[in-house]
Amino acid sequence: MANEVTLTIDGKTVRVPQGTLIVDAAKKIGIDVPVFCYHPKMEPVGMCRMCLVEVGRPVMDRATNQPVLEADGTPRIAFGAKLETACTTPVSEGMVVITQNQKVASARREVLEFLLTSHPLDCPICDKGGECPLQNLTMGYGPAESRFLFEEKMHLAKHVPLGELIYLDRERCIQCARCVRFQKDLVDDPVIGFYQRGRSLEIVTYSEPGFDSYFSGNTTDICPVGALTTADFRFGARPWELKPVASICTHCPVGCNLTFNVRREAASGGKLVIKRAMPRQNELVNEIWICDKGRFAYHFVESPQRLTQPLVRKNGELVPASWEEALEAAAQGLKQAGENLVVLAGGRLSNEDLFNLRKLADAQRGKAILYTHMGGGDLTQQVGLTPGSNLGSLGKGDAVLVIAADLHEEAPIWWMRLKAAAERGAVLVVAGARPTRLERYAAKVMRYRYGEELNIIQSLMDGAVPELSQAENLVVFYGAEGLDLLGTNALAQACATLLYRSGHYGRPNNGLVGVWKEGNAQGAWDMGFHTVGNYTRTLSEAAAVLIAAADPAGDDPLLAQALDRAGFVVVQELFLTETARRADVVFPAQSFAEREGTFTSGERRVQRFYPVIYPVPDCRADFVITAQVARKLGHALEMASPAKVFLQIASEISHYQGLTYPRLAEVEEQWPPVGRSDLYYGGTAYDNRQGMGVALPALCQQQGWQLPMFWNDRLPERTFELAAMNQQGMVWLVPFNRLYDRGTTVKPSQLLEKRMVSAHIALHPETARAVGLSGVEKVQVEGLDGPLPLVLDETLPQGVAFYPRSAGVPALAPRGVKLHAVKAEVQEG
Amino acid sequence: MSQYILLRHREIPNLDQLDVYLKHGGFEALKKVVTQMQPADVVNEVKASGLRGRGGAGFPTGVKWSFLPNNIWPHYVVCNADESEPGTFKDREILESNPFQLLEGLMIASYAVQANVAYIYLRGEFWQIAHQLDEKIAELEKAGLLGDNLFGTAYSLRIYTHLGAGAYICGEETALLESLEGKLGQPRLRPPFPAVYGLYGKPTVVNNVETLANLPPILENGAQWYRRFGTEKSPGMKIFCLSGNVNRPGNYELPLGTTFRELIYTHGGGIPEGRKVKAILPAGASSAIIAVNDDTILDTPMDYESVAAIGSQLGSASVIVADETVNMAWLVARTVNFFKHESCGKCTPCREGTFWMNRIAQRMMAGKATESDVDLLETVANQIAGKCLCALGEFSVMAVQTGIGQFRVDFLNQVKQTAPATQGD
Repeated sequence: MANEVTLTIDGKTVRVPQGTLIVDAAKKIGIDVPVFCYHPKMEPVGMCRMCLVEVGRPVMDRATNQPVLEADGTPRIAFGAKLETACTTPVSEGMVVITQNQKVASARREVLEFLLTSHPLDCPICDKGGECPLQNLTMGYGPAESRFLFEEKMHLAKHVPLGELIYLDRERCIQCARCVRFQKDLVDDPVIGFYQRGRSLEIVTYSEPGFDSYFSGNTTDICPVGALTTADFRFGARPWELKPVASICTHCPVGCNLTFNVRREAASGGKLVIKRAMPRQNELVNEIWICDKGRFAYHFVESPQRLTQPLVRKNGELVPASWEEALEAAAQGLKQAGENLVVLAGGRLSNEDLFNLRKLADAQRGKAILYTHMGGGDLTQQVGLTPGSNLGSLGKGDAVLVIAADLHEEAPIWWMRLKAAAERGAVLVVAGARPTRLERYAAKVMRYRYGEELNIIQSLMDGAVPELSQAENLVVFYGAEGLDLLGTNALAQACATLLYRSGHYGRPNNGLVGVWKEGNAQGAWDMGFHTVGNYTRTLSEAAAVLIAAADPAGDDPLLAQALDRAGFVVVQELFLTETARRADVVFPAQSFAEREGTFTSGERRVQRFYPVIYPVPDCRADFVITAQVARKLGHALEMASPAKVFLQIASEISHYQGLTYPRLAEVEEQWPPVGRSDLYYGGTAYDNRQGMGVALPALCQQQGWQLPMFWNDRLPERTFELAAMNQQGMVWLVPFNRLYDRGTTVKPSQLLEKRMVSAHIALHPETARAVGLSGVEKVQVEGLDGPLPLVLDETLPQGVAFYPRSAGVPALAPRGVKLHAVKAEVQEG
Repeated sequence: MSQYILLRHREIPNLDQLDVYLKHGGFEALKKVVTQMQPADVVNEVKASGLRGRGGAGFPTGVKWSFLPNNIWPHYVVCNADESEPGTFKDREILESNPFQLLEGLMIASYAVQANVAYIYLRGEFWQIAHQLDEKIAELEKAGLLGDNLFGTAYSLRIYTHLGAGAYICGEETALLESLEGKLGQPRLRPPFPAVYGLYGKPTVVNNVETLANLPPILENGAQWYRRFGTEKSPGMKIFCLSGNVNRPGNYELPLGTTFRELIYTHGGGIPEGRKVKAILPAGASSAIIAVNDDTILDTPMDYESVAAIGSQLGSASVIVADETVNMAWLVARTVNFFKHESCGKCTPCREGTFWMNRIAQRMMAGKATESDVDLLETVANQIAGKCLCALGEFSVMAVQTGIGQFRVDFLNQVKQTAPATQGD
């Protein structure tokens, strides 16, 4: 290739792309150049000076521009007087790099001696001890002893909270600025920085709350010393006592690859305990990052509130029962209901669970319904991303459309990767009814009023943004903000039509992605679940309902009433939810951390997760519970192992064909190498040895496929009339997503308590005036229980009321409502 | 002929008044440049004059300008008025007493590289000067000498002052640019050099105050006239800041190539009480110390090449003289403390090394050191050398290396002391 250069490192010849840094070129051929400040995911800064190497370049004859040759015909090489930093110096043709000689060895020893003059050497009590680049590199290259007088050391604060999530030990910091650069350059949350200068240089945060960023935990991974630690893990365990177990984050549809670190603890009766959640490298999914929700909101699995035994309703009361008794009761109830069975499942269940639930519904001739108000999963199957896609490869010539989604809140790692794609030159178009953080990086922002989403798609089809329609590749992310099931269905259809008409489907880096609320919603669609528009009717008319991993009664009092009207109710759950309280039989389910299974991400990558801890006694995996109920009803569902269920999935569901657990566990070599001691880039992240998953093909890749036509020539202009609604004195009540909500799987993580959103209603001040709520502190939403605090926000669109989803406001999907002022009550006492 | 081309205010009273400056040929050079010369001609004229940067590095000014790419715009010119090298006080005199010559020079430089905005970055302690400059700038704009369509041409220029916050490192041009952008004053990696990627990522010329003040006379009288002063390779006049153990410290504008002897004895009035010169720091605290153990050293001409030939640097020509009473261990300890205080902390060797050297030096001056600490100090200095991100770290060891190398006996005497040193503090 023309854009490659050849150089020699320690006598080995290597050919790398122009612009490659010496440090990366060396690592490519297995030569370790030690670094502290350099990180392959960030621009080099050359601060720590650990990577100094000897660099020679061919001497060029100025007249001929040809290399000057030695007597033996080899090019004459001129070495600089000084060593050069391998992390900032790009390779050049004919360069000769020496990383192994006395001069380089001395430089490394000397730089380490410098670093250690300020270091407290408190490895025995340091969380990083055992996985610390400073420790490792000192062992490898450092001096055996220091000539710095120990009593002359500078002493600094060792427990500085940069907020309640991340703690700083000032003594351990080596001022490499990895954390500062990560926050500024990679996630654009420049909430930490350097203060002072020289040896007084220190990391500070000025944000409120401290270190206010959804990505803060990543800085503790890339910190090459024990300066930054998480409140979750600090002083929790020594790294060498921990066993890594591969898993997948369940909190959003990105499907970040995780490693849970576990150990057996006497304090927990010898049980395996999760000590921390860490990113596991998958350059196609989350690279080496996870958001703080993924890192800190796993505590629900170990919550003491977990259900631990089956419950059966007797004389109006739920009472503990044996499994046999509960299974029998459930089977009896379902048998009596006959064909009028509704199986309602949440998108946090695994594919295996959902498959068995759907099989049970089929066997009983009932309906398998996904508990969501977001449609379009059938279309993401058809025109979704195809194998070979990678958001990390999007750049110049590519385009991305994000509509009706706030990725920073709903899927932070997608946000981070799309920001990076835009910075690499991809044309990012963000369409939304209100401002979102992704818009900062957008080439074009398209604002619309709720109900006019399709208009945006129509205008794009008409060529409003030629860079988008004519892009080489186009990925469309659609969400559900401000939309109900009909609305999202229509939006998904419109987006699919856009992709179809411009030919952006059926090949890598093209297609439709649903920004689902739940981690495995796409998997639920794939397993054969469907949606309904009216849960109230569906539930209240059902003779029997089997609900797994969903809490309709907790979400909405109307659904609670509907459930009360339903016939027989069976619930498979982790917790005694409002829904479970209304059940006739409750089965305690295992969390994802206690068993294995697969999830399908929003990008349609099927990924395996593994058993992390011992199951809570007497809990069973959802697919097992379903199969055991089914057997009582005379249906032989697979329950021997998730792998066997998956074999059935692979044989019955066309686009899962050929997939097996071993296939999903395959890995390929990834760049940059992290988490390996032989090629140490510093910081802690986990090498992926347990599987990178497999991307599903899209149905459109099948021969002869055509997108069904939803409309004739033009899309409908509106999904509903906001103005007309406003004229009737009503506002469109829209749930918006906040990363830290109070959902079933978030709330038990007390560490995040301070940052969790609270129930409230938010209005534009003008809208508040229009509906007569100026100066009001609390409002009553017609049809909902209890008054809610009112917040005015000028950045919001008018004619709409917002509330945070899963934060205690009992409303599920957007709807038109009237708002009433609540008179301030006179406080007594 | 006048004695001065830079410190002209010493001969012309009230030269800091616009009318006086105009009466003495002020802004004629600028007018000629803007109305009669192409930017490239200006660059060539300055190249031909052989003018070298007066900030310390001595890089040919015209050549520096010619590095600016003509396909990336806008261009910026930044005047480095951060004058913070210990022993340097020449820029201050120009800024205070001959400000219009600097401003005219800055405008000529801006025209040469077609910058429409220029900044003057002053050290924070110069807040009063910045205030005066703001008034001068306003005066020029009012007089139509600065602003839009200068002299009826299409060329427009604005000048702004900006104050630093008290960091020596911000005299380093890339740290200066960071600070000017409102960021922490830490040097950038080079390359890319400011000529290509400077202020706000745009091609930028950073020139010292004295360098810019040279431009009006050069453009007015021509390159050949300028070359009549100084030496072949170091042409022109230079302001030497003389301080230390001399009878008449101060700024002396002399041709480059003037000897140390002439500066110290003819102009500086010699050493108090007729003592002997022991050492010279020709470039302030950043100097490799020149040991004057041989009287002929004083006959070294002060030009870039000759000073380099005796193992030091001319730098910004802040000549600090130490006589035979000076304890060189004390002097070196002072420089060490200075660099420890001013290290920005960005790179390890400078941040940790200056801190460590300072610990050793403190111990030495407190009478708590041993002979092995002298060797340790020297080793630490050698360990810093050659590894730093910018020149500050590299300069921080100059005085230590050359001090211990040439005056080890002072250090050995010092560590024999068991009581704290008192001299000078």
